[in-house]
Amino acid sequence: MNGYAGRKAVNLIMMVLCGLAAVAALLPLGSVLWLVVSHGVAGLSFTFFTALPTPVGEPGGGVGNAVVGTLQIVALACVIGLPLGVGAGVFLAEKGDSALGSAVRFTAEVLSGVPSIVVGIVAYGLVVVPMKRFSAIAGAVALAILMIPTLARGTEELVRLVPRSIREAALGLGVPEWKTSLRVVLRTALGGVATAALLAIARATGETAPLLFTALNNQYWNLRPDQPTASLTVQIFNYAISPYDDWHQKAWSAALVLLLIVGGLNLTARALTRSRLKGAR
Amino acid sequence: MALEATATPRATRHQAGVNRGDRAWNGLLLGLGLAVLVLAAVIIYILLHASQPLWTSTSPWQFLKSTDWDPVSGAFGALPFVYGTLVTSMLALLLAVPVGLGLSVFLTELAPKQLRPVVAFGVELLAGIPSVVYGLWGLFTLAPLLREHVEPFLQKVFGPIPVVGALFQGAPLGLGYLSAGVILAIMILPTICAVTTEVVKTVPLPLREASLALGATRWEMVRWSVLPYSKAGILGAVLLGLGRALGETMAVTMVIGNNPEIHASLFAPGYSLPSVIANEFAEATDASHTAALAALALVLFAITFLMNAAARGLVRRSKHTAGAHG
Repeated sequence: MNGYAGRKAVNLIMMVLCGLAAVAALLPLGSVLWLVVSHGVAGLSFTFFTALPTPVGEPGGGVGNAVVGTLQIVALACVIGLPLGVGAGVFLAEKGDSALGSAVRFTAEVLSGVPSIVVGIVAYGLVVVPMKRFSAIAGAVALAILMIPTLARGTEELVRLVPRSIREAALGLGVPEWKTSLRVVLRTALGGVATAALLAIARATGETAPLLFTALNNQYWNLRPDQPTASLTVQIFNYAISPYDDWHQKAWSAALVLLLIVGGLNLTARALTRSRLKGAR
Repeated sequence: MALEATATPRATRHQAGVNRGDRAWNGLLLGLGLAVLVLAAVIIYILLHASQPLWTSTSPWQFLKSTDWDPVSGAFGALPFVYGTLVTSMLALLLAVPVGLGLSVFLTELAPKQLRPVVAFGVELLAGIPSVVYGLWGLFTLAPLLREHVEPFLQKVFGPIPVVGALFQGAPLGLGYLSAGVILAIMILPTICAVTTEVVKTVPLPLREASLALGATRWEMVRWSVLPYSKAGILGAVLLGLGRALGETMAVTMVIGNNPEIHASLFAPGYSLPSVIANEFAEATDASHTAALAALALVLFAITFLMNAAARGLVRRSKHTAGAHG
């Protein structure tokens, strides 16, 4: 294969293979999206969002409690995770050029790779064991632990993007450092931080594993954070591994609802980034 | 005295106020930074504490090498799960690395400008789909496809070959190591592609131009200039993907078959570390059972920790060298 023609042939083959790799990557995406929409749409109705799940064989019913449960767990997770994650990110951006900063950065990076099921066990030991019951709080703690490291790294990078001149202008006017950080730097980075937060929330909304033995599940309406709580993802899992066709159908519909929520959050984050970039230009 | 008392306060009060505010702010930030370290310590402590009861009756080595998993009789061996986790993850890498590399070459070198954001957006979407939805898809679409078409085909082609054929024996069930490996490959593809693309983009333009000027074809430029230059970063991307594959839970749980035995055949149902925890932890009533599952989590944590630490180091190093050149 040393001749010019041979080398050109190899080039062509490799380039075609790279193109095929792109096709191979997008094929499953198309398949997943198409099947979730085509299978799921049949089961969507008003009652699907408002009704409680029904026992096997009883027609109708919905996943209303699971939708509410997911929102509840994720909201609680935000209350715990957002301040800690964003705060740690501001620490890394403002004070991160030290030995302690490197240690925190390294820890955050490694923690963001900890499997979510392991985090579930940690939340179990941290909340479920002392409270002696499964609860929305335990689920929220698990999701918050998952949010913190990625949010910290994301926030750091966005805060570091704020031009030095803005900070120097504020400090030069005699504004104290804390006010500069909080009112000037962080406010400038706010759009970006909001994007990072939305992405973290989207990821948390799609989590199942850490909820299996922290929030567990619940067949009824529940608004108390210290009680077992239903979630869309756990409900999808339970429906999917059941032997009943009706429940399989509901799993697809619930998956469609989940995809709409997660996709909506992701798209909002994207739109935010784009408008921010436009504003900067 | 009286003069001093009235003259100084304004300046010092202001000064002190600033200092107090800054001191509080610095303290707050320090606390938030330390919170991350505390979180890591808490994670390790809880895992050690929860698995503690097991170590009184079993040594870690005994636990790792035993293949017996029978919670009712109190036999706890991690090997089938470690084996299943490693086999499915390796399979995932085998499928996802070539596709991921090809995809990033496509994205950085080949695709027309208008197509790039579209494909990149698609890959991003792939990363955004929740694991449980992949599991649902795997259970009702991928598994039947493998059972009816792919597995019989593989069996016919590779089955008669000695040694390799052992991987393709038995009834094609659709639920087993192979399905789990394929789903994992799809799920780690975005990670591998994103990191590789990022690293490949740091290859300096003059390096590409030089190689083209010497008469290299586009592929030769990629093969001899771009890939060697980004070697460390690509290895890091692969390790990051591996880290994700090792810890992935729901999708694997739904398609791996959940059988705590070791089989040579890829078609056989197996089990992985995360999936046995997902399936059994909520129902584990026995203290030693819970401890054994926590011990599995500890093993998983240790493996993924090492993987990710190594991966981050490699990616960072490759960016540093890139920075030195560019």
